[in-house]
Amino acid sequence: MCTPSKGAQWKNDLEHIRKDHGFSRKVLLNCCLVRRIITWASPSPKDSVEDELELSTVRHRPEGLEQLEAQTRFSRKELQILYRGFKNECPSGVVNEETFKDIYSQFFPQGDASTYAHFLFNAFDTDHNGSVSFEDFVMGLSILLRGTVQEKLIWAFNLYDINKDGYISKEEMLDIMKAIYDMMGKCTYPVLKEETPRQHVEVFFQKMDKNKDGVVTIDEFIDSCQNDENIMRSMHLFENVL
Amino acid sequence: MAAGVAAWLPFARAAAIGWMPVANLPMPVAPTEKNKRQDEVIILNVSGRRFQTWRNTLDRYPDTLLGSSEKEFFYNEETKEYFFDRDPDVFRSVLNFYRTGKLHYPRYECISSYDEELAFFGIVPEIIGDCCYEEYKDRKRENAERLMDDQEDNKDAKLPNMTFRETMWRAFENPHTSTMALVFYYVTGFFIAVSVITNVVETVPCGSAPNQKEVPCGERYTVAFFCMDTACVMIFTVEYLMRLFAAPNRYRFMRSVMSIIDVVAILPYYIGLVMTDNEDVSGAFVTLRVFRVFRIFKFSRHSQGLRILGYTLKSCASELGFLLFSLTMAIIIFATVMFYAEKGSSSSKFTSIPASFWYTIVTMTTLGYGDMVPKTIAGKIFGSICSLSGVLVIALPVPVIVSNFSRIYHQNQRADKRRAQKVQKARLARIRLSKAGSSSAFLHSKRNGLFNEALELTQLPYKMSLSEQSSTKEEQHLGKSSSLLESQHHHLLHCLEKTTNHEFVDEQYYQQSYLEGGLQNYPPRSPSLSSQDGVTGTCCSRRSKKHNTPLRNASAPAHMQPLTHPQTHHHGLQELSTIHIQPLSTSRSSLNMRIDEPAPLNCQSSQITTAIISIPTPPVTTPEGDAHLPTGPSHQNVVKVSAL
Repeated sequence: MCTPSKGAQWKNDLEHIRKDHGFSRKVLLNCCLVRRIITWASPSPKDSVEDELELSTVRHRPEGLEQLEAQTRFSRKELQILYRGFKNECPSGVVNEETFKDIYSQFFPQGDASTYAHFLFNAFDTDHNGSVSFEDFVMGLSILLRGTVQEKLIWAFNLYDINKDGYISKEEMLDIMKAIYDMMGKCTYPVLKEETPRQHVEVFFQKMDKNKDGVVTIDEFIDSCQNDENIMRSMHLFENVL
Repeated sequence: MAAGVAAWLPFARAAAIGWMPVANLPMPVAPTEKNKRQDEVIILNVSGRRFQTWRNTLDRYPDTLLGSSEKEFFYNEETKEYFFDRDPDVFRSVLNFYRTGKLHYPRYECISSYDEELAFFGIVPEIIGDCCYEEYKDRKRENAERLMDDQEDNKDAKLPNMTFRETMWRAFENPHTSTMALVFYYVTGFFIAVSVITNVVETVPCGSAPNQKEVPCGERYTVAFFCMDTACVMIFTVEYLMRLFAAPNRYRFMRSVMSIIDVVAILPYYIGLVMTDNEDVSGAFVTLRVFRVFRIFKFSRHSQGLRILGYTLKSCASELGFLLFSLTMAIIIFATVMFYAEKGSSSSKFTSIPASFWYTIVTMTTLGYGDMVPKTIAGKIFGSICSLSGVLVIALPVPVIVSNFSRIYHQNQRADKRRAQKVQKARLARIRLSKAGSSSAFLHSKRNGLFNEALELTQLPYKMSLSEQSSTKEEQHLGKSSSLLESQHHHLLHCLEKTTNHEFVDEQYYQQSYLEGGLQNYPPRSPSLSSQDGVTGTCCSRRSKKHNTPLRNASAPAHMQPLTHPQTHHHGLQELSTIHIQPLSTSRSSLNMRIDEPAPLNCQSSQITTAIISIPTPPVTTPEGDAHLPTGPSHQNVVKVSAL
């Protein structure tokens, strides 16, 4: 669909083309007219012309290296390495959810990583536009790899809070838990039972939900995590990843 | 793991932070990159053409020549580049494989040179991407056929030790092998022709005496024809018996189509010999003569085209069936309609619906004999519709049959494509296997980890006194087993195991445990059992009994010693050694398979990693060494050496 911004961009592009190539307005108008007639005549792809232009503009170029260096905690070289890998896998510059799920699933061959990848995607896609650009990717990684423990915990809270209402309910946690257990797949020892995720959620809530009101707020979450040695230690686990 | 995806491993590992708050168990230590090299550009000089790429790109596939240390053999010290004396054009495809993860087959390239290059660089051709795989396989098949044809020409040369029987069979199958065979071939062909002509001429009316009516030649010259028939049948019988004798597999020969034709061709004669006495069945005897026409099918041994026709009809069975079916439907419909349309008119030939069948068939096939014609207007209208539709119905399946016939001219390639289907399945199976290999690689490395760990522990007391040099040696020793990428991936999977408190096992193990269901008889020998998970101390001690003694040494004393040593030598903090995080749950290992106990349990410590870890508090070692409970805060420090 042609969003207003895209329509304006298209208009701009056309203006540029016209000016660059010296077409007369009339020629361009005729061209557009012809296109419109074609799209009207061909019933099925309604916005095909716009779609084609859409697709070509979806090619995304990230902001400059200096800006990203300023916004994230990565060094120039690290950003270079990250971008090379990113661009290799996604030449168009953005990752959509399908590709994201594919990539993530390759690391977990035995199970089904798509649900968890979906939640991860939503956690990375901070502006919720359905695609993760390099900026989103690198911001997320910056928090995860170079952020303070507080920031990491906030990120994790955001991951668990599926509807972003500031509370983790038991249902949300159950979804997340099931997604994590799905990644294990079928062949596990001991055999995964139906109620294992639920039990795990219970344990989690016992630990985290201080006032026992059935939801975990961000403060409860951060507090409980900071009191847990294991969690604190594991937060530092991946610091040397890049 | 695919190449491009390897670049995303840091991301996947970072995302694992999402599991941390959920996990109740401590996480295993991450593998570090020892001497983390800055990514450098390496130069590959292939016959003068220089290719440059990142070292990391090549490291993505550690089991190929360029990805492993094998390329060091080609390193040129003076020019600081890797020199390969190979074809640079093909090398382009090879290098692109590393870059993109897809191997392409350039169409202009000769298949055997391409294969050689792939073999040199250690790349399995099955990885060729789907876009180029068909082409590659076709070319390879053509090449193989060409080689096979060349070989077959040599095969026709007489092998030294062939028995008489084998020689005869070869002579029958390939008449061009020897002169005798060729003579035999032509003689039989001649006699088949003679026999067929005899059958035909038998029925021609010969000149008659003026007062007699015309008789067919067969009755006039009975003796002559009988002699000819006998001679032919003699030859055919001898030929059949000789083929039967020479056939390598008699039963299969007797079931083959050609032999059935042979039998049917000669049988009427013998039946006729037997039955001439009995007058009643002479009528049946006459009909048997019809079967003599089957002798003409014997020509199919002599003619390739006839065989192809036969195969065509066989392969187009479905189209022919469709043709027949649609024709039958149309015939019945039109016959019914014509019958009722013509019912009114007098002296109508359309006496019944079956009688109308004849009219419909003749009309639909546009024969139009004219022996039955409709007289009423309705009849004429429907008759014309019938003839028009007949053209359509018959014209539709015929091109299919024709194209089938032309297709079967390339019959050899048809059969090979069927063989290629099996190869395709094999290839897919191989790719699936390599993908499954990544999951089994994790299980495998756990097993390997166990052995390495065992080795480590035996030397641990001795090595403890040394400084970091020993640990680097250990590092190298362990580093040999898996590349860094793999170890990081395995660490990630291990973290997942810890988060969910379940372990990955392989398929057959899972089946086993699933079947056994709740059969969890962990003999509780150690008081520190956790309810949901199994024994740690007991299996370990059990296993240490069954396994080699060096492990034994490490079992009890190892609990205390290696842990106290770090205390004495390196106060508190940095220790490069193999430290294992004691798992709470039990895990599978291949050692498990060797232990045949009813409870398929085993314990194994977690993945070995060499890492610099900081031990902020002195490790609390309980005598069993495994007092872990699923609740988090209770264990302060879980770094213990496993009890092997």
